[in-house]
Amino acid sequence: MSYLEQNIKRTPYGIVKFLHLNWAVLILIFAISSVGFLMLYSVAGGSLAPWAEPQLKRFVAGICMLLFIAMIPIWFWKNVSGLIYFISIMLLIGVDFFGTTGMGAQRWLDLGFIRLQPSELTKITTVLFLAAYYDWLDITKVSKPIWVLIPVIIILIPVSLIFNQPDLGTALLVLCGGGGLMLLAGVHWGYFLGIIMSLASGAVAIFYTRDTGLAILRDYQYRRIDTFLNPSSDPMGAGYHIGQSKIALGSGGVNGRGFMQGTQSQLNFLPEKHTDFIFTTLAEEFGFIGGLSVLAMYNLLILFCIVSALKNKDRFSSLVIMGIAFTFFLYFAPNMAMVMGFAPIVGVPLPLISYGGSSMLVLLGAFGLMQSAHVHRVR
Amino acid sequence: MVTSEIDTEYNKGRHDRRIFILGGAMAIFSSTLAYRMHFLQVSESSKFRLLAEENRINVRLLPPTRGEIFDRNGILLAGNKQNFKVILIRDEIKDLDQVLLNLEKILKFSKSFKDQLKSEILKRSPLIPITVSDNLSWEQLSNVAVNSPILPGVSPEVGLSRFYPRSTDYSHIIGYVGAVGEKDIIKMDRDYREGKISEKDPLLEIPKFQVGKTGVENKLDRQLRGKAGNKRIEVNSVGRIMRELSRAESIKGADINLTIDTRLQHFVQERLSGLSASAVIMNVNSGDLLAIGSTPAFDPNKFIGGISHSDYNSILENPYNPLWNKSVQGSYPPGSTFKMIVSLAALEAGVISINDEINCKGFTEISGRKFYCWKSGGHGKVNLHNSLKQSCDHYYYELSQRIGISKIAAMARRLGVGEKFDLPLPLVESGIMPSREWRRKEKGQEWKIGDTLNTAIGQGDVLTSPLQLAVITARLATNSIVKPRLIKSFSGLSLPIESFKSLNIDPAAMREVRRGMYSVVNDKKGTAYSSRVEQDDKEFAGKTGTSQVTEISKSERKRGVSKNEDKPWKYRDHALFVGYAPFTNPKYSVSVVVEHGGSGSTSAAPIARDIMLAAQYGSLPPLSAYPEAQRSRIGSTLTKMQLVDPEKTLRSEYE
Repeated sequence: MSYLEQNIKRTPYGIVKFLHLNWAVLILIFAISSVGFLMLYSVAGGSLAPWAEPQLKRFVAGICMLLFIAMIPIWFWKNVSGLIYFISIMLLIGVDFFGTTGMGAQRWLDLGFIRLQPSELTKITTVLFLAAYYDWLDITKVSKPIWVLIPVIIILIPVSLIFNQPDLGTALLVLCGGGGLMLLAGVHWGYFLGIIMSLASGAVAIFYTRDTGLAILRDYQYRRIDTFLNPSSDPMGAGYHIGQSKIALGSGGVNGRGFMQGTQSQLNFLPEKHTDFIFTTLAEEFGFIGGLSVLAMYNLLILFCIVSALKNKDRFSSLVIMGIAFTFFLYFAPNMAMVMGFAPIVGVPLPLISYGGSSMLVLLGAFGLMQSAHVHRVR
Repeated sequence: MVTSEIDTEYNKGRHDRRIFILGGAMAIFSSTLAYRMHFLQVSESSKFRLLAEENRINVRLLPPTRGEIFDRNGILLAGNKQNFKVILIRDEIKDLDQVLLNLEKILKFSKSFKDQLKSEILKRSPLIPITVSDNLSWEQLSNVAVNSPILPGVSPEVGLSRFYPRSTDYSHIIGYVGAVGEKDIIKMDRDYREGKISEKDPLLEIPKFQVGKTGVENKLDRQLRGKAGNKRIEVNSVGRIMRELSRAESIKGADINLTIDTRLQHFVQERLSGLSASAVIMNVNSGDLLAIGSTPAFDPNKFIGGISHSDYNSILENPYNPLWNKSVQGSYPPGSTFKMIVSLAALEAGVISINDEINCKGFTEISGRKFYCWKSGGHGKVNLHNSLKQSCDHYYYELSQRIGISKIAAMARRLGVGEKFDLPLPLVESGIMPSREWRRKEKGQEWKIGDTLNTAIGQGDVLTSPLQLAVITARLATNSIVKPRLIKSFSGLSLPIESFKSLNIDPAAMREVRRGMYSVVNDKKGTAYSSRVEQDDKEFAGKTGTSQVTEISKSERKRGVSKNEDKPWKYRDHALFVGYAPFTNPKYSVSVVVEHGGSGSTSAAPIARDIMLAAQYGSLPPLSAYPEAQRSRIGSTLTKMQLVDPEKTLRSEYE
């Protein structure tokens, strides 16, 4: 019997739950998403179509879903976490057979009403399932090899499936997210050291096999890594994205060029200006002040999650909140690092701002879980 | 229960520690991002802003319209026609082969052309517009426009291209334009270095920009070219134009009116056709050049877009050298037309008086070498008047010995031999007036008395261009230093007509020389009597000349192979004639040189007469002006000439 179940009676009932939502997090979600609508309006050249309007609709649907998930007690989500994980893995497998190809990889599953990216979904379901696992697992066994192997398998199933699509970037992010949860759960440092070591040797292997029949990565991924290491080597080819993005960012200056005045993004010099590279438009039009504000909002959101997690005495709830916060971090940090020429180009959207149904809905759903954990915490 | 509680609390502490660690890691990473953002957007901002401007703004030159060239009456000689062309941008095409197939059907070009076009297209960047075909007709252009649905990436465009409506009439005067080449840029760079021009013209950087290659087009290229405008346009990453930021219109080049009279120019060209000849007619009072003929000519329109190999070869292989402007660039021994100069020099030096007679025996012997008069047996006793009328060589051998080369040269220079006229034409020939110094310097030889004798009859080293001969004649007719001019007005502003200074030659001497020239044409014994005019107010004065291309050797003279017709064409004598009309109140001076045409009296004089009559009548001369016996022959020659009204173009724009 867990701590939570003992104290169930102290959690709020019915409509009162609304008052117990983490309003700071909710308001930040609204604020960040509003910035997103504004930017999508701007990159479309001052038009709601084709991006801002659908994004707004999805956001409304997503908020409804968030509140719905938040109203359901967290222990329900804990009980179905295994099932959700299983479903997401099935969807991931489904992509391999029925998926739509985009950017040279199979990523989307057309469900009719939404083009779902199951890899986005697994970022959360893996975290949820791992949290449930560690909640169930006796705390003293956490660092025992056999009990470490199980979560590793839980993580590696989606990772290998995503890697197979092939989507190296997302696979790595799922890996990091799972690893982060294991770290939070208190797994011994030695394992992480081991993983980092083996990753390093894996990287060596990846480059060693390049241009041989055994090549692990796809050709474009090798080129992207090359470009990352030396972006100026091919300014019109592979380095083009990073170069253009840095130009747009830098030309924004402190105050920016003003709303809808960003010449670089407005003139299509930027690739994927409405999705992965939307931060460049933002930083060009609103400058350093605008870019920093968005970064601050993201960090504030995480800070409120951390506070919530610290206050939460239930292990599952705390792990879920922190896992979601870290997953959220794993959206914006690599995305910003990428557009600033800091990290290789991996297909990761700027959370709540980039155009895209999957990540928006998945993130709002995840914050629904976070709110559920917050509302149903033990007092 | 209690243990569980403690356990949980204990683990909670450990759990919280991990949260702080992860939170701290995230905070560090976020700070790094903030720092990087600061670096890009604050520290390095100016650098990136510059790069962004380069990314965004393209400056496109707006080529100016080239100035047009008109004749003295405003008839268009060099204009700009609309050049309909079809361009193709590969980037916008999905199925190139299908589009080319459709184009082939619409524009009806050959399969080999299509294959060539395709390889050209594939060689270039897909974003660069490629000219599929230019100089299209309106029908072809509208066919392309109508069929645009099956021709994605293909668009009709209208540009300007040079066009010479009078075709061959002006090939040597106006010249032609062509695509800017390496040479043009090298010349511009040199002029810039030497300070001749204050700035380099960016227009020359435009591929295929048309610049003047020869003639007035070349010499006045900078004035005709105009000034480039520009537009700054915002482009997106694929180079598509988003909007125009600013625009400075180009300034059209200056329009130029030549002094040439198209009607006369056309007549001259037609009259000379079939010969390798040149003729210049000018107004003796204003110096206006009314016609500068040179045959054979070529169609300058063929050169504009790059001339075809076969056309160019046929021009190069023509022994009459069509590319050469013989009137201005040619230099010929003036032959007997030089005799007026010697007469004036002798009269001014006082070595002879008007009525002094010299006995012509047919030759002069100096230091064992015989100098022959053209008439074997001699003219007998001749005075100045008769010497000109009959063109007695002996008389001038004698005169030249009396005055010497220096005085002859001085007089010749006063009249224009060796003078380079300032005309906007390339390679204006200045001719040569030899002297002792010149001989020493140029040839490293001493001047001999024989050279003086040869010079006296316009042979030897003395060389003049047909243009010079016309100017010399104009000076003789007016006793003033007439200077030729080719530009009547510039951008609508008439250039002032110079009032020429007097030559300061004794009017009595001048009168006697002119009387001699009159008799050349109008006296029964005159060398050009058969070319007289039987219309009192249109009578003209002149002088024939026959200049030897090769010296007649002694053996030839003995064998009697001195007949011109027996020699190969290129060794035959040049036929010359200079004259002015009307005799009483001179208005026009003319010179005609028929290369290897035989004698001046039979080949050159009739042409000069026709030109002078055409100038005076302003149209085809009436037969009544000609001597009765010649009328039927001349009538048939004149009607055979295919004259085209000056208002009409000789060549359709879309040939």
